Amino acid sequence: MKQTPLHSAHLSLSAKMGEFAGYDMPLYYDLGVLKEHEWVRSHCGIFDVSHMGQITIEGSGALDFLNSMTPSDFSKLKIEAAKYSVFLNQTGGIVDDFIVTHCGEDAYFCVINAGCKDKDIAWLQSKLPENVELKVHDDYALVAVQGIESEQVLREALNLDLSGLGYMKMMAYGDRCYISRLGYTGEDGFELSVPVEDVQILWHRLLAHPSVKPIGLAARDSLRLEMGYCLYGHDIDATTTPREADLEWVMAKDKIASFPEPTRKRVGIVLTDKGIAREGAEILNLAGDKIGILSSGGFSPSLKQSIGQGYVPIDYAAEGTEIQVNVRGNLIPAQITKMPFLKPKTKTGK
Amino acid sequence: MTQMKYTRDHEWVKLEGNDVAVVGITDYAQHALGDLVFIELPKMGATFKKGAHFAVVESVKTAAEVYTPVSGDVIEVNTALESDYDLLKSETDGWIAKFKITDAGELAALMDEAAYKDYLKTVD
Repeated sequence: MKQTPLHSAHLSLSAKMGEFAGYDMPLYYDLGVLKEHEWVRSHCGIFDVSHMGQITIEGSGALDFLNSMTPSDFSKLKIEAAKYSVFLNQTGGIVDDFIVTHCGEDAYFCVINAGCKDKDIAWLQSKLPENVELKVHDDYALVAVQGIESEQVLREALNLDLSGLGYMKMMAYGDRCYISRLGYTGEDGFELSVPVEDVQILWHRLLAHPSVKPIGLAARDSLRLEMGYCLYGHDIDATTTPREADLEWVMAKDKIASFPEPTRKRVGIVLTDKGIAREGAEILNLAGDKIGILSSGGFSPSLKQSIGQGYVPIDYAAEGTEIQVNVRGNLIPAQITKMPFLKPKTKTGK
Repeated sequence: MTQMKYTRDHEWVKLEGNDVAVVGITDYAQHALGDLVFIELPKMGATFKKGAHFAVVESVKTAAEVYTPVSGDVIEVNTALESDYDLLKSETDGWIAKFKITDAGELAALMDEAAYKDYLKTVD
């Protein structure tokens, strides 16, 4: 199994390790999933996300290339600004979802999913025009610092003043580190892209701060689920289109019409009775007919109830529609709910 | 007080009188699951064969089925667990269900405490 540069740090913290996208990753540490989740919602958690792919697409044709590979339009994306988007295949299915930052003139820095990176890179290479170059930053690690105390932690632990950095903005630190104000938790927070040789000291300095706890992938999943964010390979994949996935907001307005009107849609679902519904559970209408399956699901530590996402026919996609979810043969009453399930606390744009 | 017996799936069982088996899950099982967020208890009167799943304990990360080590009918359910998952840790109050059993001999095949401790060394 592959390892991130922080693998030994996780082992020395006695993390429970498990496989994710071919990497041996920390699932949770000594606090446990529930308390890690709550810690990020109230203090500051650090996550090793170095398994994710970091690439730069650059050259005079970079903007046109990105516009052609996604349903988005990046021509108005300012330098240092970041945007969420998806790569699409020829049939409009989602190849991967990613954050792209306009990191310099004709240069776009993308963070892609660990499980997709080899496939993405090969696919992008095969489509690359002559005036575009693809750089893969295997020599960089990525650490997410998430939670309401993140700005303070970075000031006190690293002497970094990030009060002026807006949401979805990136700044360079020195000539080798890049800090973006964004994340996958719905909290204010940052992602730090640093050379592999610098990540140990960064991790340990952050960890020494009393507001900081290390957070594993299990809590990362429950945190993102509360925000209604997609997990690639579960909530979106090559068989789902951005319109079906309720991602029209990432699409350029003039591109939306070129995609067929969706007949099904990704929705949020909450169980209105006791029980926990997980990925794969059947979604049924009140008559008991199967109308879909949960693409993600689990207990929300913040709401203390079971939440999930899934695709249902458009007739059932309206907020408040009453449905049922099959949990081990028990049909549990549930409702279509708008996402995010919880109000995000990300810093609003500057 | 009869001796506590254990399964390879980390349930414990003890006899009350001659024909009532009290069943719970071990510290090891609870630790492996992490903080519990839901428990699904069996219905009173339900009949289970040895090895059948009769309850489900769930943490944030997973749902784990609990298997009965003995065959029998559910005669008591510990509903106090639904509002206090920590109660599971208690040796006296942490039981999940009591079964009226017909074959006390089924317990004989289970591990005693010493054997279970040895078994734990072989797992994880």
